[in-house]
Order: sequence, then structure tokens, then C-alpha cells
Amino acid sequence: MAIKTLIEAVREGMHEEIQRDERVFILGQDIGRRGGVFLATDGFIEDFGQDRVIDTPLAESSIAGIALGSAMNGLRPIAEIQFADFIWPTFNQLIGEASRARYGTNGDINVPLLIRTPYGGGVRGGLYHSQSIESFFSHSPGLTVVAPSTPYDAKGLIKSSVRSDDPVVFLEHKRTYRLVRGEVPESEYTVPLGKAEVKMEGRHISLITYGLMVHLCAEAARDLANDGISVEVVDLRTLFPIDQETILESVKKTGKVIIVHEDTKTGGLGGEISAVISSEAFEYLDGPVTRLCGPDIPAMPFSPPLEQEFMLSTEKIIDAVQKLVDY
Amino acid sequence: MANLDSNPSKTTKLGLVVPETFTQSSLLELYRKMVLSRTVDERVWTLNRQGKAAIVASAQGHEAAQIGSASAMDPDEDLFFTYYRDIAVLISLGMTPREIMLSFLAKDGEPMSGARQFPLHGAYPKLRVINLSNVVGTHIPQAVGAALAAKIRGDKTVVIVYFGDGASSVGDCHEAMNFAAIHKLPVIFFCENNGFAISVPKHMQMAVDSLSSRSEGYGMPGVEIDGTNITSVYETTTEAVKRARDGDGPTLIDAKVERYLPHTSDDDDKRYRDPQQIEESRRHDPLQLLKTQLEFSGLLTKDIEEQFHADAQSMVNDATDFAESAQYPSIVGFYDHLYSNQHQGSGHGNKNSD
Repeated sequence: MAIKTLIEAVREGMHEEIQRDERVFILGQDIGRRGGVFLATDGFIEDFGQDRVIDTPLAESSIAGIALGSAMNGLRPIAEIQFADFIWPTFNQLIGEASRARYGTNGDINVPLLIRTPYGGGVRGGLYHSQSIESFFSHSPGLTVVAPSTPYDAKGLIKSSVRSDDPVVFLEHKRTYRLVRGEVPESEYTVPLGKAEVKMEGRHISLITYGLMVHLCAEAARDLANDGISVEVVDLRTLFPIDQETILESVKKTGKVIIVHEDTKTGGLGGEISAVISSEAFEYLDGPVTRLCGPDIPAMPFSPPLEQEFMLSTEKIIDAVQKLVDY
Repeated sequence: MANLDSNPSKTTKLGLVVPETFTQSSLLELYRKMVLSRTVDERVWTLNRQGKAAIVASAQGHEAAQIGSASAMDPDEDLFFTYYRDIAVLISLGMTPREIMLSFLAKDGEPMSGARQFPLHGAYPKLRVINLSNVVGTHIPQAVGAALAAKIRGDKTVVIVYFGDGASSVGDCHEAMNFAAIHKLPVIFFCENNGFAISVPKHMQMAVDSLSSRSEGYGMPGVEIDGTNITSVYETTTEAVKRARDGDGPTLIDAKVERYLPHTSDDDDKRYRDPQQIEESRRHDPLQLLKTQLEFSGLLTKDIEEQFHADAQSMVNDATDFAESAQYPSIVGFYDHLYSNQHQGSGHGNKNSD
């Protein structure tokens, strides 16, 4: 198996899908000749032509709206929003329209629409190139929200997202793009939507997480193993609808749980997951359901010490685990 | 509407002309549909006042614009993105009075959304109609996306998107028109311009004299027409369809119409409209205009006129009885059609409490 970066895996997955299905096309800002600002679509315009690789004007709402319309008329668009921080103008088209198109037409309309966007911080992106946006989109039945952490998952999930008949918001953590490498099979495979995966098995405590934080949690887990603490790391992979089964199975085994996310704490996914655990696994718990999240400030500041104060780290995770293990 | 390409803001001359493409019977048929639409429309308004229809947006005054344009499209090939005021478009395309009444009374069998949505919202695939939401203007980029799909596939579909002057202020409208013009997409932007965004009059919505002049800023033709004159609407739309079908791109049609009734049944237009102005607007009744034309040309006799009204009354009476006696939808399907494949979420959320 070849070792690839996460961005290479995303690119490969999309390339294969555009090649496989003539209904798939791609649109967004700078995705053509530029190949995307992160080069996610490098070479696509040469391979597929400008009819299927469309550079759009700088107008996010219509990128989503046009993608939605083309999906309702039988194509399978992949739309790129250059940075998740710029996704807000699409909110109406994605939440108000795409997510409820099937329900609101009593099943008459398919919406095979994929919106992918780079999110997350720790890249000196400041307030407007670092945001985590997942909780805003994870409150809309009809929508699927995906956030891969490894190249293997990224490729398999993006292929499943292209093939989904429902709108998918696909979140790629910018810091994982070139930092995270991993094995990606040459042969055809997909990773199912809606399924979390236990990335590391453990007995004493569960860390429920996704995206870049999976890697920090794994590092913390390796470190903690030296102290005899056995940590289970659950990678959600799909953030909405959430895989309750895998979460509950893990928590029932370990009895202690921390939900770890970079997104701000209040109203984040951690609260929802915590509620599910409290409701469905109360008698298995051996400590308070705990959240370790980004602080409640609007977004990640620019200057290094300020950014570090916002970002989670292996050390912060280790501290939180030790505290809960000692509870 | 000559020289559409070279003269983007040309105003069509008004005239009592029967287009060459019309036969005697086809023009009468348009009139019959207008009578039917008006009769349905008046009835649903009454049903609202009786407390039976929760919300009504009336098309009274818009019928010529709606039926004239819809009739210029190919019902087997083209796509219709409608908005909330388009009863007459739907009647023109063949939605039956029974179906329309089911929609207004939110009863089982409602064809567009299973009565999940406001009347006439959702989709009607058989009629090639999509009207996803109540949010004004959001469907304009969607229509452009559908036209893009047609172009990428290389099929002959032309998309027509209906909206009011209010929607023309929405940012999505600008973004959509710009994109459609850049890619010469087969789409017709059909503005049913009644001069009011609920209560806000035209001069508070735009500084330009004519909405159609905006087309120049996008690089596509735009034309202002009398939307109460069905032959003018039909001819203009026919030419726009031809342009689109030939690969020449989008057209903006600014059809001036009158809105006789308040924005919806929940609105009170006495708060912002001069009663005399409303009264005057009725002098431009598209039904009267076509009736006069048809009588003048000898196409419409008193007998035919009476027959059209009697048939419409009888259909609407039947439809009202039918819908009033129909059941409300069962809650059994309440969670259906959330996802294409309900594996996702494992039933999560499908209940009110933990």
C-alpha cells in the first residue's frame, strides 16, 4: 500500500469518482487552473475539462445553490468552499434548502450534493481561517456531516459522500492535509457514512473525538500507556447523524469518557454526545461525562501564544485524562 | 420583441395581436385556464376566510403572466421553478383543482409535499415543477444549477424560474443571474413584477426605472412587458425559450402585473395601499383584457364564456367537496424521507424525549 497525505487521499478519491461517474462534476473558487488553494483539485481541469471543473465567481451562496439545483436535476456536484470560515453565506442553501429538500418534497427529490471545505486551526489562520463550523451544521436532520482524520478514511469517506443521495458537508482539517500520512490501498474501497471507528482500543477511559484531535488523543494515549492507563480513542468520522452505538459500546466498556473537540465548548457536539451517554449509559458511568474543547471565544486568535492558548494539545489531553482517571 | 440581442432593455409593444403560432382553440384554451385559475383562487381565499385554508397567496392579477409564460414552454422537456404565488402556472401545467384544494387544505394525497409544506410547495416531478421553500429568492440559483446540469448533459431542457420583484433584491438573485450569463445557461428569469415586496413599494426597492435594465449589468438581454397581456407574455417567453434552446443563454423578463389582493391572507394591505389604487389595479384585469380581445376577434361567444365559468365552478365545487372530505395525512409517515437510506443515524432523533 502506498503512503499518502490526507490531501492526496481526498484528491484521489474525487478523481476516481469523477472518472467513474459522468454525472459527477466539481465547482468552486480557484479549483480549475489554480487546482484549489490547497491543490485538492490539482490537474483536474486538464483531466476532465472545463465543463466538469468549473471555476466560479467569488459568491459562496450561489455555489451552494447552483450545486443544489444541478443535484436536483440529476448531476452529482462536488462544491468546494475555499475555507470553512467563508461558508456562512451558504447556510441558507444548505440548511434551509438542501437538508430538507427530500423531506419537504415527501421523498420526490434526491440531493446528491457534496460540499467540502477545509476547517480548523493551529495553522496561524487567525479568526477567519481557523474556524470549526461543525456544530452549526450538525443540527439539521437531512444533512450528513463528515470529518475524516486519516488518509484512508478521507478517501473512503469522500467516495461514499459523492455516492450519497443526500447532501453531505465534508470537513477537512487543514492541519491534517500534509501533516497526516497513512496507508491508502490502490484498490477500490469505500468507508461507510454514519459509522465511527475505534482507532485505539483501551480499558480505562474513552476519548470520543474527530478530525485532527484524533491524532492528539492517540499521542496522549500512547504516552499514558507508559503510566499504565489504557485509553480508547473513538473517531466519530461522521459527526451527524452520529453513531451512538459505537460511542455507547466504548463508554459501557470503560465507564469514563472525555469528549475532545477543537470547536468551542458551549453548544458544541460534546454537549449532545454527553446527553446521549448520560441518557443511555448512565449506570455504566464511573465518573462525570467530561468535555475538553476549544474555549468559548469567537474564534482562534492569530498570534502564536494566543493561538496555542486556544488549541488543544497532547499535554492538555493527558491532564484531563489523569484527572478523570483519578476521580 | 424584435432585436432582443442588440437592444437589451427593449420594451415590447403592446397590442391586441393573436400570435401566428396560436390557433383559435389554443387562445381560447388559455382563456379557459385563466378562468379556472381565477375561480380556484377566489375559492381558496374564501376557504381561508372560513378558517379552512390556513394560508393563501393569491395569483389574482398575475394569471396572464403565469399562463402565458408556462404555455410557451415544453411541458415534457423543460423545468419550472415556481414560487408561492404560482397557482396559475400549476393549473396551466395540468395540476387539477382537486390536487390544488388538497394542497390548500393540507390533506392526505397532497401531491407536492405530502402536506408537509405550505400550499403548492415541494415538487411535482410529473409536471417538472420544483418549489422547495418559502424563502424568497433562494430558488433562483437552484434554477440556474438545474440549467447548468442541462448544459453539462447536453440535453434540450430550458429552465424557467418565477419570482417577484421582492426577490430581485435578494443577493442570490444577483449571484444567479451573473453565473447564468457567464455560462450562457438555458434559463429564463421571469419576474412577476407587481410593484410590492409585501408592503414595500418599487421606489423603496430599487433606484432604477425598470428592473429589466439590470440585465445589462449581467450581459444578458432583458425586456419589460405588460404581464397582463397574455399574447405579449407568450411571444416574449417563446423568444426567450428559443434563445435558451439555441445556446444563446439567459433572458430576464420583467412582466408588469397587478396584485389585487394582499401579499397573503395574513396580510392587511389597507395599512400601506391606497384603496383607490387597488381599485384601479383591477382595471388591468388580465382576464378582462383577453376576454375583450377574444370577443373583438369573434373567438369568444357568450355561450362559450358561460360554459367556461360554469365548468370552472363545477370543477372547483367538486374539488372543494373532495378536499374537505379527505383525511389529514397519517402520522405514520412522519419520519419518512429524511434520508435516502435511513441507515444513517440508526433512528437517532426519531422521538421527542430520551
